[in-house]
Amino acid sequence: MSDKKPKRREFLYTATTAVGAVGAAAVVWPMVDQMNPDASVKALASTEVDVSSVKPGNTITVLWRGKPVFIRRRTQEEIEEARSVKMEELIHPEKDEDRAKNPEWLVMVGVCTHLGCVPLNDKGDYNGWFCPCHGSHYDTSGRIRKGPAPWNMEVPKYEFVNANTIKIG
Amino acid sequence: MKKLFKLILILSFFSLNSAQTFAAEKVDYLKTDWSFKGLFGKFDRAALQRGYQVYTEVCASCHSMKYLSYRNLSEKGGPEFSEAAAKAIAASFEVTDGPNADGEMFTRPGKLSDKFVMPYDNVKAAQAANGGAYPPDMSVLVKARGGGVDYIYSLLQGYEDPPSGVTLDDGVYYNKYMYGNKIRMAAPLSDGIVEYGDGTNASVEQMSKDVTTFLMWSAEPHLEARHQMGFKAIVYLIILTILVYFSMKKIWSGVESEV
Amino acid sequence: MSDHDYKPKSKVGQWFNDRLPLLTLANHLTDYPTPKNLNYWWTFGGILTFCLITQIITGLTLAMHYIAHADMAFESVEHIMRDVNYGWLIRYIHANGASMFFLAVYIHIFRSLFYGSYKSPREIIWILGIIIYLLMMAAAFMGYVLPWGQMSFWGATVITNLFSAIPLVGEGIVTWLWGGYSVDNPTLTRFFTLHYLIPFLILGLVVLHIWALHVPGNNNPVGIDIKKPSKDTVPFHPYIVIKDGFALLMFMIVFAFFVFYTPNILGHADNYIEANPMVTPAHIVPEWYLLPFYAILRSVPDKLLGVVAMLSAILILAALPWLDTSKIRSAVFRPLYKQFYWILVADVLILGYVGAMPAEGLYLLIARVATAYYFLHFLVILPVLGFKERTLPVPLSITEPILGGSPNLAAARHRESKIK
Repeated sequence: MSDKKPKRREFLYTATTAVGAVGAAAVVWPMVDQMNPDASVKALASTEVDVSSVKPGNTITVLWRGKPVFIRRRTQEEIEEARSVKMEELIHPEKDEDRAKNPEWLVMVGVCTHLGCVPLNDKGDYNGWFCPCHGSHYDTSGRIRKGPAPWNMEVPKYEFVNANTIKIG
Repeated sequence: MKKLFKLILILSFFSLNSAQTFAAEKVDYLKTDWSFKGLFGKFDRAALQRGYQVYTEVCASCHSMKYLSYRNLSEKGGPEFSEAAAKAIAASFEVTDGPNADGEMFTRPGKLSDKFVMPYDNVKAAQAANGGAYPPDMSVLVKARGGGVDYIYSLLQGYEDPPSGVTLDDGVYYNKYMYGNKIRMAAPLSDGIVEYGDGTNASVEQMSKDVTTFLMWSAEPHLEARHQMGFKAIVYLIILTILVYFSMKKIWSGVESEV
Repeated sequence: MSDHDYKPKSKVGQWFNDRLPLLTLANHLTDYPTPKNLNYWWTFGGILTFCLITQIITGLTLAMHYIAHADMAFESVEHIMRDVNYGWLIRYIHANGASMFFLAVYIHIFRSLFYGSYKSPREIIWILGIIIYLLMMAAAFMGYVLPWGQMSFWGATVITNLFSAIPLVGEGIVTWLWGGYSVDNPTLTRFFTLHYLIPFLILGLVVLHIWALHVPGNNNPVGIDIKKPSKDTVPFHPYIVIKDGFALLMFMIVFAFFVFYTPNILGHADNYIEANPMVTPAHIVPEWYLLPFYAILRSVPDKLLGVVAMLSAILILAALPWLDTSKIRSAVFRPLYKQFYWILVADVLILGYVGAMPAEGLYLLIARVATAYYFLHFLVILPVLGFKERTLPVPLSITEPILGGSPNLAAARHRESKIK
């Protein structure tokens, strides 16, 4: 009997502590989750862009989720240049065909994958983009070729709603 | 336990006290069963959808609802229109957007993320169109009136001919539930003014109940989540309280004192 | 048990503790000898600590979403209520938390009044408490302004206009408070700043309040000095921790009921109407916890004197340790004081009630009588009572009445239990 009593007592304390800890954890979550994107931010996840006025060789920059998105209407030379690159030469091997389903249009998030700066248009050693912050060079497909950035610029989810309108997100 | 009883007594005094604050202007409102009251209260989806119809077809010509977005119509705990239906509702409104590349504002069909389109551009325009009276924004209207849903429900049905001796100016109507009995809004509802898609008879009473339910939701869109979480929280607290009570009894069992 | 000979067991602990004696502090807090006869009215200190921390945490998270601008404040509150993840929950906890905070502080204050906890050697604890209470009122008032509803706006207008009662400089002070010629955006932003600051001042004062408490130790229902540590005391942990925890949970059940089922009952409907400088609501009513003082303000027909009366009603409490001339602490042994104590409780409740009513007719008359009695209690009854009252014999130790003691004390306890 004297063995059992302390055991039962211990069980009571353990149960109390455990139940209390569960509640404390449950209270922490709302305080953490309130910092996540709220319902109104999530609702703005997609944006539609009219690209009818973009001429070949030009890039427009639109804002999507607070980040710049480059929409470039590529010239034939640029497309060929992008498609002729061998995979072995790439730091982050990706086919241009996969990055630009419609070869004339390159849509990508204009944020350098190094530390988040916005690369400059028509600059750098590969006729694509050049990030002024730490010297990353991107080619005409937005792929990283030289410099500290680890990945190619991200291609967001997008679709052509019609011939002149791209829906990003 | 006596102490607890006393605490509850004091508490009830204070809640009574605040209830009294409103009682000063309280009249006997019309009563109806609200599905969203009580520990497990939920909205009646069909009533919310009908209420939205009454709002758009009747109220929305004067009253804005500027804190609601079309996406809310398909969110959980609300009227729960399908997302496609909510998109179609949004697209049926012309939304002003811009400026475009030429620096001009343009209109386009509404999207889910758009706020409800307002009937007037600003308060002054609303006043000018309504003889100087501003039709209040309805987003939180239920919470902004002392009597809450009962008040709105009664007001919609409270139009009467003025009693003898009461004279009304032009554009002023008599309503027995309105504060001071004089109201600048003409009776908005009449039998059959809307045609319900689900075949419900659109009596004034029915429409009042539906639109009031809709207004309750618009003021308190997370009411259902609140009730559900509240029940869980209180059950949890009671369980923990019992556990702590017995732990306390054990800990204090060796001490010559009362707990 | 004594703080000075505490030595951490581990080498690392000793090394750390020699440089920063945090472990000594922790040991002091856990071993702190507490009278074992404390009743549940003593648990409100812990409950208040919980309230303060809850308000600070929910307040910080709300501040991440709130916009202190006259054009956007109301909208940002609606944004919190509708879109922010759990925003409605956090805001309702914060809003009702203010009321729960005041409920607890009033019980805490009245417990102190009943058991004479403000008397020597605890005057500093008491005065620190009054300062905390004043800061709480300031924080609560400014917090109520932030949603920028009709009651926010007009409450701010009325309360800041109190300062205009000051002769000569009053108008200048009010303009300075507003940062303009009416309550407007500059007022809102400075109120937000101060509302953010004050809780941390309160936190600092609470540390001092507890520090000052730990010098003489807790008062107790018998109101006598006890030897500590002794058989009259128990260590704070686990005895008081678990008891405070139990009381806190009961308190949280009530709190949860307000938050989840009647979150707006303690507020005023008019505050869901956006502030409009052109229209004053039909009845301007402060939050319930300020109503007694509001009643005192309105019961005096003169602007300046009304403000003076209201402020005196609070500040008079600071002088209480010297106004109460009785050497006996606990009302248990003061039969007359006990009766006056309950009359004062009723008086304050009546003041609260009439504070919510229109200031006219019978209500005004009652408010005036109750105001007069409030001051009478502190300025006349308490000083005189200390000399005139025939008190009951006080036991020598708290163990005595618990173990049965003399018949006299058993009778005293019996009477005490009847009151509770």
